[in-house]
Amino acid sequence: MTAPRTMFEKIWQRHVVVDRPDGYTLLYIDRHLMHDGSSPAYARLKARGMNLRRADRAAATPDHYVKTDHRSKDVPDPDHRRLLNDITKNCNEAGVTLFDLGDVRQGIIHVVGPEQGLSQPGLTLVCGDSHTSTHGALGALAFGIGSSEVTHVMATQCLWQRKPKSMRITVDGALHPHITGKDIILAIIAKIGAAGAVGHVMEYAGSAIRGLSMEGRLTLCNMSIEAGGRAGMVAPDDTTFQYLDGKPFAPKGANWDKAMAFWKTVPTEDGAAFDREVTLNAAEIAPMVTWGTSPEDALSISGRVPDPASAPDAGKQENMKRALEYMDLKPGTPMDGIAVDRVFIGSCTNSRIEDLRAAAAVAKGRKAKIPAWVVAGSGLVKQQAEAEGLDRIFREAGFDWREPGCSMCIGVNGDTGVLGQRIASTSNRNFIGRQGVGVRTHLVSPAMAAAAAVTGHFTDVRKLLGQDRG
Amino acid sequence: MDAFTTLKAVAVPIDQANVDTDQIIPARFLGRTRDRQVEGFFHDLRLDPNGRPREGVTLNNPAYKGAKIMVGNTNFACGSSRENAVTTMVDNGFRSFIAPSFGDIFFNNCFQNGCLPIRLPAERVARIRVILHELPGAEIAIDLAKQTVTGPDGKTDSFEVDPFRKEMLLKGADEVKITLGYESDIKRFEDKQKQEMPWL
Repeated sequence: MTAPRTMFEKIWQRHVVVDRPDGYTLLYIDRHLMHDGSSPAYARLKARGMNLRRADRAAATPDHYVKTDHRSKDVPDPDHRRLLNDITKNCNEAGVTLFDLGDVRQGIIHVVGPEQGLSQPGLTLVCGDSHTSTHGALGALAFGIGSSEVTHVMATQCLWQRKPKSMRITVDGALHPHITGKDIILAIIAKIGAAGAVGHVMEYAGSAIRGLSMEGRLTLCNMSIEAGGRAGMVAPDDTTFQYLDGKPFAPKGANWDKAMAFWKTVPTEDGAAFDREVTLNAAEIAPMVTWGTSPEDALSISGRVPDPASAPDAGKQENMKRALEYMDLKPGTPMDGIAVDRVFIGSCTNSRIEDLRAAAAVAKGRKAKIPAWVVAGSGLVKQQAEAEGLDRIFREAGFDWREPGCSMCIGVNGDTGVLGQRIASTSNRNFIGRQGVGVRTHLVSPAMAAAAAVTGHFTDVRKLLGQDRG
Repeated sequence: MDAFTTLKAVAVPIDQANVDTDQIIPARFLGRTRDRQVEGFFHDLRLDPNGRPREGVTLNNPAYKGAKIMVGNTNFACGSSRENAVTTMVDNGFRSFIAPSFGDIFFNNCFQNGCLPIRLPAERVARIRVILHELPGAEIAIDLAKQTVTGPDGKTDSFEVDPFRKEMLLKGADEVKITLGYESDIKRFEDKQKQEMPWL
């Protein structure tokens, strides 16, 4: 009998094209997702006189450079205009499925992939974007690659890889109300650090993870890269299968049955060994907020800004000081109550329908005290939200209801904050300057972002909703 | 791709842990053509919001001019997959990075651009950074074939590198071309997958 294998191990082995004696593997890539930043990689492919090996395995949508106040490609910046036009030209030329601007299916690639059923259990999936880890929520091995590797996948449908190590994060127990995938992943990163999973593929397991919806799992896996992870995955189960059923690119009829038979073999087998194991107690996870300039700088909303004097060594102390200086925060300040200038609800981390419902539940009947943006992850999410009247709730509360795209998560389309602004953001990176030069980003869940919008400061959403709604 | 064999050059220390690729090249420079991304190199760390050089920033110290090696800290170049983080380093003269650990994607991207990322123990890297601060302009010597790094103190350490990556760098090999040499293996895989996973 062979030793029990992890989900990662099984998917890896199934995709080996060549195992070289020197430990390098040529791995087959089942699905390649592209966005408006993928054009330079395509240009290099064409410069070699080559075409996409498997255009049928690629799909694309513009997201980084699209404006969120209109749907035109006629943007002022000539470089961005070129990128938005190139993706259309390239996909038409190569025969790649494109969800272009003006198509209701357009959106952030990591929202669109799962939404269209392109992301499936047991697949290898890559994209020239670090948040490709998102798709692991469906039980795929999904990871971000650089532009040269994108060209390599276009040319060969394969990648040279050294097999990463494996790591299991088990979160058992019952989550408290209003605790989301975002809070879980921030708690995990706070525990293991921003380099905690470098070189590892992470599998999230345990009752709290199994209890998450597919959207919660997508948020969780999305930020695996913020823990340094090569990829993040959740075993496919009934939640996964129900989510995929009926999706446009999901298998149909007899193929569905064949796919299901395979998908059920994907999860980690009992007794399989991981290189590392980490456990968290779900009951201990509170709404999380970041205080610094790395996603590992996260704590409970009931916590206080930490004191560099408490750092374990001089290096960490210096890093904390630097972070607090940039964030303009004083040690000991309660997080609950810190004034916020602006709110962003969106990004591949938190722009799906459940995220918008959670934010709308807080916004309903209240008024935003500060500018607040809601940027749906795709045209379909936006359409669904409008069908449910969420746009009305947001607008009545004074929130700005915008068109789908990456928007203020990365800000390359011009959606940025201004110097010194403090932003409560549902995105994934609180790096220095990420949302604009000198902008201070605090990562939170959609409900916590909405709570900050309606109070003008960080607020424990549990208290806010408890106050007047029981 | 340019080959990488040996390199003896000025090294510049970057002390912070978790330096992300957004620091190496802020996102607003990414949409540009490569020739206009050069100035994005650590732009906001080097310059204040008015475009004036910040005081006390190592990268602004002329003593490190001509540096080709950067010595970082834990989780160096983490975050975004932007390969521009490597290319802007290359376009500013850098060919090798030494750190206790790297962001995985940056690490892979280095090899695609003729750059050598080297992992050394944290204490040794910290010591090298201290020396580089004390002796600005001091050099480090790297020999890929021998897998050695000789620090500014004359002490030589050996480092690990994947044999596959080493061979590619030494030859300046074209990875796509190498992979195309495995065409029959790829075809065989695809034929098998077509039978096993007809829904794809």
